[in-house]
Amino acid sequence: MSVPVLETRDLTIRFGGHVAVDAVSCAFRAGTLTAIVGPNGAGKTTYFNLISGQLAASAGAVLLDGEDITRLGAAGRATRGIGRAFQITNLFPNLTVIENVRLAVQARADNSRHLWSRWSRHVEWIARAERALEEVNLIDQRETIAAALPHGDKRKLEVAIMMALEPHVFMFDEPTAGMSVDEVPVILDLIHKLKAHGDKTILLVEHKMDVVRSLADRIIVLHNGQLVADGEPAAVIASPIVQEAYLGQAPGRKPEAAHG
Amino acid sequence: MLGSLLSDDLPRSRLLAAALVAIVAALALAPFLFPGAAAINTAAKICIFIVLVASYDLLIGYTGIVSFAHTMFFGIGAYGVGLGLYSFGATWPVLFVGLLVALVAGIALALLIGLMSLRVRAIFFAMITLAVASAFMILATQFSEFTGGEDGRSFKVPELLRPATKFLDAPVLGVDINGRLAAYYLVFASAAALFLLALRIVNSPFGRVLQAIRENDMRAEALGYRVVYFRTVATLIAAAMAVAAGALSALWLRYTGPDTTLSFAIMLDILLMVVIGGMGTMYGAVIGASLFILAQNYLQRLMGLAAEALAGVPVLPHLVHPDRWLLWLGVLFVLSVYYFPSGIVGRLRGRK
Ligand SMILES: Nc1ncnc2c1ncn2[C@@H]1O[C@H](COP(=O)(O)OP(=O)(O)OP(=O)(O)O)[C@@H](O)[C@H]1O
Ligand SMILES: [Mg+2]
Repeated sequence: MSVPVLETRDLTIRFGGHVAVDAVSCAFRAGTLTAIVGPNGAGKTTYFNLISGQLAASAGAVLLDGEDITRLGAAGRATRGIGRAFQITNLFPNLTVIENVRLAVQARADNSRHLWSRWSRHVEWIARAERALEEVNLIDQRETIAAALPHGDKRKLEVAIMMALEPHVFMFDEPTAGMSVDEVPVILDLIHKLKAHGDKTILLVEHKMDVVRSLADRIIVLHNGQLVADGEPAAVIASPIVQEAYLGQAPGRKPEAAHG
Repeated sequence: MLGSLLSDDLPRSRLLAAALVAIVAALALAPFLFPGAAAINTAAKICIFIVLVASYDLLIGYTGIVSFAHTMFFGIGAYGVGLGLYSFGATWPVLFVGLLVALVAGIALALLIGLMSLRVRAIFFAMITLAVASAFMILATQFSEFTGGEDGRSFKVPELLRPATKFLDAPVLGVDINGRLAAYYLVFASAAALFLLALRIVNSPFGRVLQAIRENDMRAEALGYRVVYFRTVATLIAAAMAVAAGALSALWLRYTGPDTTLSFAIMLDILLMVVIGGMGTMYGAVIGASLFILAQNYLQRLMGLAAEALAGVPVLPHLVHPDRWLLWLGVLFVLSVYYFPSGIVGRLRGRK
């Protein structure tokens, strides 16, 4: 089989004595949406941080297109096409909504470090940023200061920033957490559209099982930092290890109720 | 035209625009509007400090870097030009070589500080700049053979800029058209050019990344911006501009010493000017420097008058005694920070 887009080999991080991610080996292929599930504190976000470079691994490796990027910082990994939308909203708080997104567009440009041209004259960056805002239904808030947005809109902006980066690998960390019911579909539609492209590598951490069922091509389960299950959604959800380790309850009850 | 001069970063407030026009007009015509050596000295000092404060705003206001070494770079510029003219004669080539040497030394030192410490936490960076600046000041005063020590050095400037050089026999509008006037306009034009340069840099793609780093460096990194690179380059640019301001100061004063360039009192003044004017606005440098230096030079005189007028009244004359001017400046500062936390420019823009 071809080289996977993204792969982790025995990826491990220890915080003092606590092993938050424990020798996780997993390959992610283009055109596949992998849902990553597991109870609170299982190490999902930490696993993401190791992949996108916010944390340095204690052991193991991260490979992108077969190339070892373990030593690369977050900026280098972003430049190579790893995009991240954070679980805890991570914006430029005192800049406008459009500027938050425009900065992501600019990051991809060759002249992103230009000292002499005026940012306002790079209209193509602004136009691309506007498109990203339209995709998440945030264009009306264009000039709002990011910090002043309501929670749901901040989550949308978080996603729009990653979309504007146009990465090869999309990493969504609970993109709809805390959103009101009527806001969720915008984000889910967006992920559906992204899937429809057919060539994107998408990783999605999500607690809501109905969302996982409707989107995932594959589910992996993390528990205490270890990868405990991996496979077809239906099979993984039905497996005893998931029923016990992740859901921690008898089958039949709605799992998301456990997460408030 | 105006847009490209101001890099599309317009004042965005009528009152601010009016204040800026008034300040620029007053500085441009200062020799003719306000005759007398004291007034023209004040005007030149304002020009020089606008550059110094603008370059500091690039660091603290735009990038979020707190440095206490800004006067060190100011001093490097002043000493580079001053000691050059003192030791090798008052000619233009010496002046330019002195400036060049100062620029190279300043940028090299900034690079060293930057690479050593921009990776560490902001508080450590501030401490390191403080330590380096103190060491530099001690060096400058200790090597008195070379630098003139505490007394500094007085020197001649190139002939074209000397008061004795007359361009016209008769005064125009009561002002002698001489080398001193030429020196003022050299300072004014250089300051204007340097300020517009700083305004362009903060409105470039690079400058926008600086603001992103100030807001959230971890997110900037996650977008692919190498934060250390941007912080280091910002530090270099700010240092180079401070060196240039120092060179202008030496040219104008025809003197270089620790008190006029290196002292921490000046560092504190710069901080106050940038905060009063409004951090991260560039125009704040113009407003802050103008107001602060006017207050510094004229508050004392104003208080002298008040003390005389209140003579005989108990306590009050002591309160407004000219020696107390720093106290009142402090009170003004606290009030302005309290009422305009985003500075005067932020306040004016907020109102629209
Ligand atoms: N920087 C850190 N220092 C110390 N411990 C950490 C650090 N980051 C994460 N941890 C620990 O690692 C474990 C995994 O946390 P992580 O945030 O990855 O869980 P998660 O699966 O994303 O949980 P949730 O569903 O609540 O988001 C937790 O026990 C957490 O306390
Ligand atoms: Mg998490």
